[in-house]
Amino acid sequence: MKTMLAIISNALCRITGRSAGEQTVSELLIGLSEYVNLTSPPAAVLVPPQARRLPPKPPPVRPAAGGAAQLVSSRTDRPDRPGARVVASRSLSDFTPQATFDIKKCDVHRLEAGPPVKAELTREQGLQYYRTMQMVRRMELKADQLYKQKIIRGFCHLYDGQEACAAGIEAAINPSDHLITAYRAHGYTYTRGVSVREILAELTGRIGGVAKGKGGSMHMYAPHFYGGNGIVGAQVPLGAGIALACQYQGNNQICVALYGDGAANQGQLFESFNMAALWKLPCVFICENNKYGMGTSVERASASTDYYKRGDFIPGLRVDGMDVLCVREAARFAADHCRAGKGPIIMELQTYRYHGHSMSDPGVSYRTREEIQEVRSKSDPISLLKERLLSNNMASVEELKEIDIQIRKEVEEAAQFATSDPEPPLEELCNHIFSNNPPLEVRGTNPWSKLKSIS
Amino acid sequence: MAASLRCFLRSGKRAVLVAVRRGFHSSSPAAVQVTVRDALNQAMDEELERDERVFLLGEEVAQYDGAYKVSRGLWKKYGDKRIIDTPISEMGFAGIAVGAAMAGLRPICEFMTFNFSMQAIDQVINSAAKTYYMSAGLQSVPIVFRGPNGASAGVAAQHSQCFAAVFLENELMYGVPFEVSDESQSKDFTIPIGKAKVERQSHITLVSHSRFVGHCLDAAAVLAKEGVDCEVINLRTIRPMDVECIEGSVMKTNHLVTVEGGWPQFGVGAEICARIMEPAFNFLDAPVTRVTGVDIPMPYAKILEENSLPQVKDIIFSVKKTLNV
Repeated sequence: MKTMLAIISNALCRITGRSAGEQTVSELLIGLSEYVNLTSPPAAVLVPPQARRLPPKPPPVRPAAGGAAQLVSSRTDRPDRPGARVVASRSLSDFTPQATFDIKKCDVHRLEAGPPVKAELTREQGLQYYRTMQMVRRMELKADQLYKQKIIRGFCHLYDGQEACAAGIEAAINPSDHLITAYRAHGYTYTRGVSVREILAELTGRIGGVAKGKGGSMHMYAPHFYGGNGIVGAQVPLGAGIALACQYQGNNQICVALYGDGAANQGQLFESFNMAALWKLPCVFICENNKYGMGTSVERASASTDYYKRGDFIPGLRVDGMDVLCVREAARFAADHCRAGKGPIIMELQTYRYHGHSMSDPGVSYRTREEIQEVRSKSDPISLLKERLLSNNMASVEELKEIDIQIRKEVEEAAQFATSDPEPPLEELCNHIFSNNPPLEVRGTNPWSKLKSIS
Repeated sequence: MAASLRCFLRSGKRAVLVAVRRGFHSSSPAAVQVTVRDALNQAMDEELERDERVFLLGEEVAQYDGAYKVSRGLWKKYGDKRIIDTPISEMGFAGIAVGAAMAGLRPICEFMTFNFSMQAIDQVINSAAKTYYMSAGLQSVPIVFRGPNGASAGVAAQHSQCFAAVFLENELMYGVPFEVSDESQSKDFTIPIGKAKVERQSHITLVSHSRFVGHCLDAAAVLAKEGVDCEVINLRTIRPMDVECIEGSVMKTNHLVTVEGGWPQFGVGAEICARIMEPAFNFLDAPVTRVTGVDIPMPYAKILEENSLPQVKDIIFSVKKTLNV
C-alpha cells in the first residue's frame, strides 16, 4: 500500500510539476482534479493563456507504471499501446488528426459506380459533425419538453434519430447551394444557419422567432433554405424549380429536395422527376426513408419499397442514413453528378425516427418499443460517430462531455429566450401579404374593422 | 350532422327533397349527449352495416383508427375490404373512389384535412360533381367526400383553409358533446339535405354554419340579457342553400348578420348577401353585415391566430352596429 501511494504521488508530481516532498497525496489529487477539469480547447481555437490555469508543459507521457494513470484514465488498455495513458495531460498533438474509415457500400441504380467505400475524417470535422448532431438532438428533445408543457402548440414533428442525414448533407454541399424539405424540418433549419433560439422562439410563436411567430414549426426559412412545407410532396416540384433557377442562372449551384417514404407515392414527384430528367436539372432528390409514413409502414403504402429506384430513368443510390460519413460521401457524389451537368439523381437515406410522426402520435401503435430501442442501442448516429472518434483517438471522453455540457447550456438559454420573448404585436397581423407594395387596408372580422398591411 | 351524413349516403346522386317536416327546423327535447366524433363514427358504422356497397377509404382510416379517431373501431369490425388505408396520394385515391362510385359502390372518401383535398380538386369537381349532369342522368356518382375543414388550433396557413365542398367537419368540434333527441338515435333517422335549422327566435337574424353556430348562440345569450333577441340559423348545407329559411326569417326581423370562419371575398356570407337581396331587399332595414375571418393567411402565433377569426365579441359588436344600438 505504501509503495502504491509512493508510485501515485510520484506520478502526480510529474504530471502537475510539483515536487514530491511538498504535498500530501490528497493535495496532489486535488490539484490533479483541477487539472482534469480543464477542457481541451477546440481544435481550431487558440485559448489565451490567462483564460485557463494551464499547467507547465508536461513531460512525455508514457509512464511504465500504470498505477496512477488508472485513476484518471477512463478507458481500458489497448494491447497496441504502451500501457494506459493519462488522458488529462494530453495536448492536442496527442490526438489523431485524421483517419480513414470504411463505410457501407451504397446500392446503385443506373450507375456504373457509387460513392467511395472509404471516408476521410479530420478531428475538426469529427467534432463539428458531433456538435451539429448533438445540438439538433438536444433541440428536438427540448421542443418535446416544451410541447408537453403546452408552450409549443399545433403541429410539431421531431427529427431525433435522423440527425446524420441533415449533418451529412450539409457537410457535403456548399452554403450557396439550396435545400428544401417537408415538415420535419427543425434539423435542416439549424444546419442551414438558423440559431437554436430563433427556431425555438418560432415554435413558441414569439416575435423573436425566425418568422416572427407567423409560420410555426413547418414554415421556417433562411437564405437558400426554403422551409418547412406542410403539404406532403409539394416541396419536391418546388425543389425542381429551384434547380431550374440554378441552371438558368448558370451559377453552378444545386438544389437538394427532400421528401419522405410517405410522400414518395405522390404523383407530383413523378411529374417532377420527368421534367428534371428531361431538362437535366441540377437537383438531388433525397428520400428520407424512416420506414413509416405517419402510422403506415412502407410495405403497406408502396408497391415498391426500393425508393432509390423509383425515379426509373433517374440514377439512384441507397445509403445508410444513420452514418454521417456515409451520408456525406453519397451527398458529395450526388452533388458532383449534378454539377457535372448529368441531370438529377435520387438518394434514399435509410434512417429512423425515435418519436412518433408528430407530438400527437405516441409512435407505438404501429411499431414496437423493442424496435425503437434496438435502433437506439445499435444504430444511433451520434453514438456511432462518438465511438469512431474515441476508438481512433480523435477526441477524448472529457472533451465530448464538455461539448455536451456546452450544448445543453445553449439549448437551455434558447428555451429561456423562447419562453420569455413576447408574442408578435397585433400590428403584425396583416403584414407581408404582398411584396413591394404600398401599404394597404385589409378587412378585419367585420366591415367596421379596417386593418393595415405593410409589405 | 350524423343524420345528414346518412342522408348523403342513402340519397346518393343529388339532394332529395323530403317533405318538409317542422320537426327538422327546431330542436326537440334532449335525452343523451354525443360528441361530434362519435356521431360521425356511428353514422358511418350504421351505413356500413346497412349497405354492403358502402366502404371507407383514406389515409390512416383503418389501422390507425383515423387521424382524428373519427373512424375508431371500424377497421376492427369490418376489415380490409370495407375500410382501406391509402398511400399519400390524394389525387389518385380520390379518382379511384369516384371510379368505384361510378361502377355501383358507395364510397366515403376521407381527406385528412380539406387542405389536402386541393390536390384532388379536379377529381372532386370535374369527375364527381359534374358527371351526372354531363351524362344527362345516365351516370351517377354516389360518393361522400368528408374530412375536417377550416382552422384548427396552431396549425398555421397551409392547414387552415375553409372550403365549401361536400361533407365539411371541424376538427376542433370533434370532441364537443351535444345533446341529441331520442328520435335521432334511431338508425333510420335522417335529415334532408338543403334544410337549415332555426336554433333560436327573433329581432335580428344570424346565419352561420359549422363551429361558428356555437359562437352565434353564445353571442345571442349575451345579447338577450341586453334585450336583443337573435334568431340563429344553422345552414347545415352550403349547397343547395336553404335561402327560403333565411328569407322567412329576414321578413320577420328585417336585419341580417352572417358569420363564418372563411375569407370575406367570395365567401358564404357574400353569397347570402347577393341571394337575399333578390326576394327580400325591401324587408331589410339595414345593409347585411358579414362577420368573417380576416382576409389573410392563417398566422401561427396564438394571439395572432385568435385575432384572425370571428370571436363572440365581434358578433355582438356587429349585431349592435347593424341594429344601430
